[in-house]
Amino acid sequence: MASSHGTPPVFNNKVIAWIDHRLPIFSYMEKEYHHFPTPRNFNYFWNFGAIATVMLVLMIATGIVLATNYTPHTTMAFDSVERIMRDVPSGWLIRYLHMTGASFFFIAVYIHIFRGLYYGSYKSPRELLWILGVVILLLMMATAFMGYVLPWGQMSFWGATVITSLFTAIPVVGDSITTWLWGGFAIDNPTLNRFYALHYLLPFVIVGVVALHVVALHVHGSNNPLGIDVKGPQDTVPFHPYYTMKDGFGVMVFLIIYAGFAFFAPNYLGDPANYIQANPLATPTHIVPEWYFLPFYAILRAIPNKLGGVLAMFGSIAVLFVLPWLDTSRVRSASFRPIYKWFVFVLVADVFLLGVCGANPPEGWYVPLAQIGTLYYFFHFLILLPVLGKIERPLPLPPSIADAVLKKNAG
Amino acid sequence: MRKTIVSAAIAVAALTAGAVAIAAETVTASESEQKPPHRHWHFEGPFGTYDRAAAQRGYQVYAEVCSACHSLQLLAYRNLMELDLTENQVKSLIKDIQVPDLGDDGQPIERPARLSDSFRKPFANPAIAAAANNGKAPPDLSVMIKAREDGPDYVHGILTGYVPFDKLTPEQIKEFNLTKDDNFNKYYPGHRIAMPPPLADDKVTYADGTKATLDQEASDVVEFLAWASEPKMEDRKRTGVRVILFLLAMAGLMYAVKRQVWADKH
Repeated sequence: MASSHGTPPVFNNKVIAWIDHRLPIFSYMEKEYHHFPTPRNFNYFWNFGAIATVMLVLMIATGIVLATNYTPHTTMAFDSVERIMRDVPSGWLIRYLHMTGASFFFIAVYIHIFRGLYYGSYKSPRELLWILGVVILLLMMATAFMGYVLPWGQMSFWGATVITSLFTAIPVVGDSITTWLWGGFAIDNPTLNRFYALHYLLPFVIVGVVALHVVALHVHGSNNPLGIDVKGPQDTVPFHPYYTMKDGFGVMVFLIIYAGFAFFAPNYLGDPANYIQANPLATPTHIVPEWYFLPFYAILRAIPNKLGGVLAMFGSIAVLFVLPWLDTSRVRSASFRPIYKWFVFVLVADVFLLGVCGANPPEGWYVPLAQIGTLYYFFHFLILLPVLGKIERPLPLPPSIADAVLKKNAG
Repeated sequence: MRKTIVSAAIAVAALTAGAVAIAAETVTASESEQKPPHRHWHFEGPFGTYDRAAAQRGYQVYAEVCSACHSLQLLAYRNLMELDLTENQVKSLIKDIQVPDLGDDGQPIERPARLSDSFRKPFANPAIAAAANNGKAPPDLSVMIKAREDGPDYVHGILTGYVPFDKLTPEQIKEFNLTKDDNFNKYYPGHRIAMPPPLADDKVTYADGTKATLDQEASDVVEFLAWASEPKMEDRKRTGVRVILFLLAMAGLMYAVKRQVWADKH
């Protein structure tokens, strides 16, 4: 897909030409975001990369403004957040956009990941592109977790207690590592201060990894709903205006739903207990993380052994790193994989089930359900995918993207 | 393709729903707590606003009853002007309130409250508050409505959910180990609540002539506390309507542009 459209662009504006001759940022933009040949058959699932980028920028922009009004101290953090809500002009707007934005950033990224799973976007030659994506997911999780601690509510404090205590499960050095993370012998002001510093730092690390993700994407270009390679110019359209405009529409629709929550139900996705100031002496009856961590929380609690639970939880992400080599099928798109097509939805159902188990106290039926869900999650990646690639008979692939698109429109 | 996605989505939903329904049934059966009934609130829904008259009456209930034990430390008296009260009306509301301060000589004094003051706290510090209330300080009410599941219904439920000792069944008295000095509340988790019934019929006399039934007082104070928890709610909803109208227009425009751009590619 290295085919670029003809000669380097000529800029009529003298200033732009002068700059570009010395620092070719304008040529770069022309090549990578204007002429960049992109498969012509994307569906709306391909909007979510752009949507996630918009959310990342929005989170950083609102976050910087919040940081200028927030006080990272155990005695003042809670009240400083409420001061933002009450006394800072439009502070409520910035804070609710940031708070709801975290949820919608995860929604966008989870749909983006589902797209990758369904259409086999992680397969050769896009393995590193996928792995960088999993790194972004991990960084997002760390950032979101530390951000949730900052308002210093009950769930902030007790969520942080549960998650940091996981490190005590590491044999021999576990306790020392936890003390080191806390900056003391309990979660206190040093913990809050370092979480604040890291919560400010990590988003910029995410920006860096996103840049690498995009560079890797632009080497071989995007995958597409048919999962077949681009064979020539008839299979592609220039990125601009075709996909800039389509992404623009998708972003607007996504923002409408996001704004619906941010303005009309800003606390719907949060836990009411986080409006109670942190109290190290009063443990809430049910400690639950934010919704986007619930499936992983269910996996953690499904294993009756603490170290086992921690390993399973981290393993559930780690398995994604090696996914390109676990899936032995050479066919990318699930549209041509009659069996996998169903199992990818079973996996989604399994993750939803784990989410529900994570939201509820580990009692009664939720315990075996979470265990079955966990077992199935690993079964899907470690056994089903390697075996399915060997036994499944994929449907015949169309000769080219253009061929498939034109045939569909004719019929 | 589209068909398979739809049918798969239905299968996914059915599978999850089935499993969850089984699990949910086991849990509800084990919980003895009663959920307070849902009531209609003036501030509900995308266009709901605070009922100013109710919130003003609610402030009266707070000032005359609740404030004896519960602080409202995130609010300042000036905030009351947001309830359609003039500066002079607020000043007359707070004219008898004394707040702690330091005198010119650095000695602690009490002086009349000003608009810029935070609401007076009933106890000087949490330790005194706990000592005066059987070991547990009454919680601050500033964000109480946001800090409980279904906050407005819950607070209204607590205020109206007391069952007098002589109305309790022998089983209840035994199960919750109650004596005549304990307070039983239908909606409080665990039912034994430290707070004695704070409100009753005619506990306050409303200046606007509204009949002060228990239900009325509870509703009014919830209206007031809801405003205290989320004073910018009306601004938020108004902005939200404009933002969504803008985004809808923008989405329509983008869709038209996208169709136009793609016209020759289909």
